[in-house]
Amino acid sequence: MASNEPILRLEHVGKEYFGNRVLSDVSFTLGPGEIMGLVGENGAGKTTLMKILFGMPVIHQTGGYDGKIFFEGREVSFKSPFEALDAGIGMVHQEFSLIPGFTATENILLNRESTRYNLLVEVFDDRLRTLDRPVMRQRAQRAISTLGVEIDPDTLCSEMPVGHKQFTEIAREIDRSNTKLLVLDEPTAVLTESEAEILIKAVRNLAAKGMSVIFISHRLQEVIDLCDKIVVLRDGHVVQEAKTCDVTVRQIAGWMVGRKVEESHREEGEVRSFGPTILSVRNLWVDMPGETVRDVSFQVRQGEIFGIGGLAGQGKLGIANGIMGLYPAGGAVELNGKPIRLNDPEGSLRAGMAFVSEDRRGVGLLLDEGIDWNMAFTAMQIQEKFIRPLLGGLVKWRDDRAIEECANEYIKALEIKCTGPKQRAVELSGGNQQKVCLAKAFVVRPEVLFVSEPTRGIDVGAKKLVLDTLRRYNREYGTTIVMTSSELEELRSICDRIAIVDEGRIAGVLPAQTPSEEFGLLMMGEIKVSTEEKVKACE
Amino acid sequence: MNDKLRSFIEAAGWPRVIIGLFLLSLFVAAPFVGVRVDTSLSDTLVRVGMNGVMVLALVPMVQSGCGLNFGLPLGIIAGLVGAVTSIEMDVRGLPGFLVAMAIAIALAVVLGYAYGLLLNRVKGDEMMIATYVGFSSVALMCMAWLLLPYKSPNMIWGYGGSGLRTTISVQGYWLKVLSDFMSFNVGPYFYFPTGMFLFFALMCFLMWAFFKTKTGTAMTAVGSNPEFARACGIDVDRMRIVSVVLSTVFGAIGILVYQQSFGFIQLYMGPFYMAFPAVAAILLGGASVNKASLLNVIVGTFLFQGILTMTPSVINSIMQTDMSEVIRIIVSNGMILYALTRKVQVKR
Repeated sequence: MASNEPILRLEHVGKEYFGNRVLSDVSFTLGPGEIMGLVGENGAGKTTLMKILFGMPVIHQTGGYDGKIFFEGREVSFKSPFEALDAGIGMVHQEFSLIPGFTATENILLNRESTRYNLLVEVFDDRLRTLDRPVMRQRAQRAISTLGVEIDPDTLCSEMPVGHKQFTEIAREIDRSNTKLLVLDEPTAVLTESEAEILIKAVRNLAAKGMSVIFISHRLQEVIDLCDKIVVLRDGHVVQEAKTCDVTVRQIAGWMVGRKVEESHREEGEVRSFGPTILSVRNLWVDMPGETVRDVSFQVRQGEIFGIGGLAGQGKLGIANGIMGLYPAGGAVELNGKPIRLNDPEGSLRAGMAFVSEDRRGVGLLLDEGIDWNMAFTAMQIQEKFIRPLLGGLVKWRDDRAIEECANEYIKALEIKCTGPKQRAVELSGGNQQKVCLAKAFVVRPEVLFVSEPTRGIDVGAKKLVLDTLRRYNREYGTTIVMTSSELEELRSICDRIAIVDEGRIAGVLPAQTPSEEFGLLMMGEIKVSTEEKVKACE
Repeated sequence: MNDKLRSFIEAAGWPRVIIGLFLLSLFVAAPFVGVRVDTSLSDTLVRVGMNGVMVLALVPMVQSGCGLNFGLPLGIIAGLVGAVTSIEMDVRGLPGFLVAMAIAIALAVVLGYAYGLLLNRVKGDEMMIATYVGFSSVALMCMAWLLLPYKSPNMIWGYGGSGLRTTISVQGYWLKVLSDFMSFNVGPYFYFPTGMFLFFALMCFLMWAFFKTKTGTAMTAVGSNPEFARACGIDVDRMRIVSVVLSTVFGAIGILVYQQSFGFIQLYMGPFYMAFPAVAAILLGGASVNKASLLNVIVGTFLFQGILTMTPSVINSIMQTDMSEVIRIIVSNGMILYALTRKVQVKR
């Protein structure tokens, strides 16, 4: 399929955001009619790469990029998406950019409508030409049928199922007569399986007509089915560029997640013994926007550190939030055999669970109050610690001195850098804020501690401190910890077992020592071929 | 010295420094235009005592994140009902005042609860809704004052024989029962209402103590970050209702303190604009829309009432025209405007 002259060539492309390197030395080529799969974990640099290609203003506002991009043999550097569109690059984003009150036709042809002459044009210029509805309808119909789907061009977008919206977006890109390269960013994320199949067929049709496609998806099966070659990104580097027919699924998974693992902090030879099952979750669903949990069951034993991993948006964060009652949830959760009432944060806390939220500034902290209040608040409200009863318990007086002592204790134990227990939380650095959040949970002395994304947005040194603190707390007090994180290596370094969540369900639970490819496989959805075989025959 | 001055200004905030200097200059100028300083000071102090509790009433709602209580007239109405009922019952002296207070508090709890339920349905727009709650409750009560079956000849219209008068004197009932307790004079012009200040101090102490309790702490957290409070197992809506009830009750008590010193109960449109001076005073004291302390209340009430007392006498003597009302409006509404546009700034 690939011909001699590549349509797109990237040479040593790199990008830095405020001194933080997100892409370096990315090079690959894409021939006409070729379909390339772009694979990588969250934060591997896929989106940034596509932003560079499409000339998103954010790239230039933050200092441009390194390296060169050649499109149809000419060096290009798009300053805005319009230039990219004019050059012939179409892009379909993960989020829809359609006007709900317009019909499919109107959306597909927006700003490129077919028009007819009328008298007003003589006075007011071309902007007042009349829309030629029948022609427009035909054009829309043609674009839609290229995709091989049935959508009435007169349907309002607001009344379409999500699948049809996605097709409408793609049809819009197809209608541009000059589109030579189409970028699809997670186009199947919102589609049902049968819709996804239609889409894949449609994309293949387009490729057969000579259009090149860059396809981004985390569902490996689709990438295998569709693409001629794949490029694997990890931490901003191209770790592998290969023909699809040359590789095995296991290899892809390995490239994607594998790292020169710094496993130094796992204590070798440590024998871990656990008590009976302390937390059991059956058929949990949680309606958390962007992190929907559909049907999750798992059990955690006393003293264990249980990890929950998976890609962003798959629902891993929803689990802890649902059990702690912060989002509408259903199913059965038992702690020590006693059922927990869901949707009741107070009940969950009283039962002996505590939660360190992934949204540190939004949920985790009272930013305008001092460190001491932040640490003591939950324990004070739920367990009546730091309370001095006056008048025979009628008045529950706050014991400020006890709160301050407790805060000083934790500031010392967790090495929190601050001016004192009265310093406001908003003035602390991310890492120190996270420590305050941990202290808040520790003060409660929970039986089960949920920790979500404990190292998000904090620097490397602080990361290690936070993880060490968690491990030490687990060893010293036998506290069961359920830790949710997007960083697999972090989970592997501290957890005993790790569950991988995919599309709101648990794809599998593996011991942490399992090689990282296995986890990678679980993250990438169901795969039909055996992992050891070549994924498809070369043509 | 320079540093000290700067850090003081920093801590106090420019608006307070400017208004404070303005007030000071009025006091300095007073003797030159024939206004007695001791009379002025006495008047100012009396007005601080009269208005203090109503300003204090704003604190709970600010702390719980419900914003400034522009619906204060609702609490004031409860106070008015208590006042006229105690006169109807013909209880005189301190017992009469206590009866008025008991009735006012009971009614304020009920009204405040309903008001709280309403505010919980309009999170984010509390202050605007509160303003209209205040206005419409006053309008509603205009009809009620006419129709309620009060019979005491001291209170009803002479000609029709029914319906309450717009202004009712409390003389002979509980005029200055608080003010005159342990009050003293210095010279012929200076009068200090000790009892009223003791009562104000007691109210401040109760408020301070409340915010030292478990519930008060939870309320502050709800105002500071409702998501945090919810994650800590606090019923955010309940806390907000408690704060609204507290605010309404303090408003009711506040108007009674005001009336016993002022000597009259003002019905009908009387409470209509009562919320604005209180709001202006607490903002002048350095409170923001989401943080207020007792210091803000005391400083703000003193500055605001000081300006109100001094401008009519001093400025009018200088300019020979009545500027007092204009200045009052500029200061109170200007202060509200200033504070609302600087929502984020927190001064303690």
